[in-house]
Amino acid sequence: MSKVYIALQDNDESRYIVEAIEQDNPDVTIIHMPAMVRVEAEGKLVVKRETVEETMGRDWDIQELHLNLITLGGNVDEDDDCLTLEWNS
Amino acid sequence: MPVQAINDNYQGEVLDAKANFAGNVIIYFGWDEHLMFCAPKAFPLPPQMTFADVISQIMPEAFGQHPEFNEIDWSQAQWQLDRRPISPKPEQTLAELGADHKSCFRLRTPGLTGYKGMGI
Amino acid sequence: MAKKLNIKEKYRLLTRDLDWEFSYQDRKKAFPYEEFEGIKITDWSKWEDPFRLTMDSYWKYQAEKEKKLYAIFDAFQQNNGHLNVSDPRYVNALKVFLTGVSPLEYQAYQGFAHVGRQFGGVGARVACQMQAIDELRHVQTQIHAMSHYNKYFDGLQEFSHMHDRVWYLSVPKSFFNDARAAGPFEFMIAIGFSFEYVLTNLLFVPFMSGAAHNGDMATVTFGFSAQSDEARHMTLGLEVIKFLLEQHEDNVPIVQKWIDKWFWRGTRLLTIVAMMMDYMLPNKVMSWKEAWEVYFEEAGGALFKDLARYGIRMPKYSDVIEKEKEHLSHQAWWTFYTHGHAAGFHTWIPTDEELDWLSEKYPDTFDKYYRPRWELAKELEAKGERFYTSGLPQLCQTCQIPMLFTEMDNPGEICYRDHVHEGERYHFCSDGCHDIFVDEPEKYVQAWLPVHQILQGNCGGPGVEEVLSEYYRMNLGVDNMDMKGSPDEKRWKQWKGVA
Repeated sequence: MSKVYIALQDNDESRYIVEAIEQDNPDVTIIHMPAMVRVEAEGKLVVKRETVEETMGRDWDIQELHLNLITLGGNVDEDDDCLTLEWNS
Repeated sequence: MPVQAINDNYQGEVLDAKANFAGNVIIYFGWDEHLMFCAPKAFPLPPQMTFADVISQIMPEAFGQHPEFNEIDWSQAQWQLDRRPISPKPEQTLAELGADHKSCFRLRTPGLTGYKGMGI
Repeated sequence: MAKKLNIKEKYRLLTRDLDWEFSYQDRKKAFPYEEFEGIKITDWSKWEDPFRLTMDSYWKYQAEKEKKLYAIFDAFQQNNGHLNVSDPRYVNALKVFLTGVSPLEYQAYQGFAHVGRQFGGVGARVACQMQAIDELRHVQTQIHAMSHYNKYFDGLQEFSHMHDRVWYLSVPKSFFNDARAAGPFEFMIAIGFSFEYVLTNLLFVPFMSGAAHNGDMATVTFGFSAQSDEARHMTLGLEVIKFLLEQHEDNVPIVQKWIDKWFWRGTRLLTIVAMMMDYMLPNKVMSWKEAWEVYFEEAGGALFKDLARYGIRMPKYSDVIEKEKEHLSHQAWWTFYTHGHAAGFHTWIPTDEELDWLSEKYPDTFDKYYRPRWELAKELEAKGERFYTSGLPQLCQTCQIPMLFTEMDNPGEICYRDHVHEGERYHFCSDGCHDIFVDEPEKYVQAWLPVHQILQGNCGGPGVEEVLSEYYRMNLGVDNMDMKGSPDEKRWKQWKGVA
């Protein structure tokens, strides 16, 4: 299985997003680099609106992810409730 | 297909055609095992230039900065022209040697293998 | 109250219902570029943008990104942020960036605006339009960020003029010209897929992280802000390729050929980024080789495994590319160091600590092939004979880089390839560049090779000095030459109060 990944700017909002990702994807690896944080997972990774709203304590639109997003790897699927990254192989 | 173009029979303008160099031809020289010079060098030269003049005028300009340059025994130097080995005589011209526009000479100097023998 | 539309519904309304049928005009005349490349599209409605971004959300989020970005630029400028960079040598990487990369953002804008008009499918047109606007934003924000450095450092003042003329900048310029002169589908595979999906990551992620690590708040901010758009571009690139491969099996070999071509063109272009990572970031984040392994081998490997189900394989010459990661940065920096008189930025011998870092990061190649070059350079410098090479280098007809690359089974030997087309001889740095030429010679015979243009007398002269100062508009003795003794270095010492 190949790794999917998402990298976010290292800031206050991303901290909550990463926290939510960790809750929903227990096997992720978090890598901190200067000014950025990279989250990797085998095969699949999901960012859920509901969980991010809980960690942030406010309403959060899934498309707000774009504000802090640096890069990603994997096939993307996005709807109102979550963003999924996945490799088919 | 020579090009993927929207128009049939598209032909590109050859920007470096021989006619554009005022009677000279472009000749390249590279010195193997001397990567102090990062790449071979390009010179516009008259096709009638003799090989003796290449050695005495062009080689110092191309490679004279190398600490080994003055140690070169030109009688032992090995040459390739456009990937074929050649044994040039001093009085032969570039044209007589078969060097034409954008031909490439490679020089090898037995016994001289660069700075500290490291190919530099 | 009307029900709020969800993302999928909004996207569908934008990309389906706004299109129209051609009832009294010939559709082929409306989209004249759609067929000549041999790509077969049977159903544009199968196009799906996974982010499903509509114009209203696009403007909303882009405006928010810009506000954040410019607030940081203001803070950076008001607080003399240039004084916080790790080392004044670092700013030379920004000179390479502004002259070599930012104008490509503008070319990308032009390219996407063009294909955004030419595709028959409205989903693709919308995505390309957004990307065109993004690219324009990138070039603008980069110029704004660098304008602060331009007040305090040399070599940034003529970036767009230089991009059009300077010898080493013909490499990025011709890369994009090649892509833009191709048909719309090849452009998408070239830039949307090969370049954006795999290769720009190497510039905008580890290098920008490196900018942060070197105290450059402005650059890391524009870099990551641009990259937040890139995540969308990458996704577009991947969707394009899947769409083409699913539309018709005849598309598969055409797409594979473009992948082979553009991964090779891209890796050649990134040689300069390799050099920026390994030699121009005084505080190190990761080596070029490590970045390559993460973003090309790992990320690209996963991608190609995913595409294997369509019959797509890894790009041709991937085996050569893998070996070259050990060599590229060293060969490139040596080339610029030895041509430091003809570069629009400063070059230098790495410090002893930096040489040791390179040995550690490149245990199989650095001490064997590259450290001795720096020992020689040090010896010459100590004698007062700082080495600037004479003459002009031979260039590759395809990538336009000097013939500096070596054989990967014998890294001490320059790689020479040539081909005769219609009686005229052409030279290449590699099998990859050779094959690209042979496939479309009528395109590449037109290459504007800077060295040959100088020798034809088309760049002023007669001497190299006039070419550099008048034709390129370099301030000689100011913009070029070694970092040691440069006005940049002197000013830095004054600001910092050191002798």
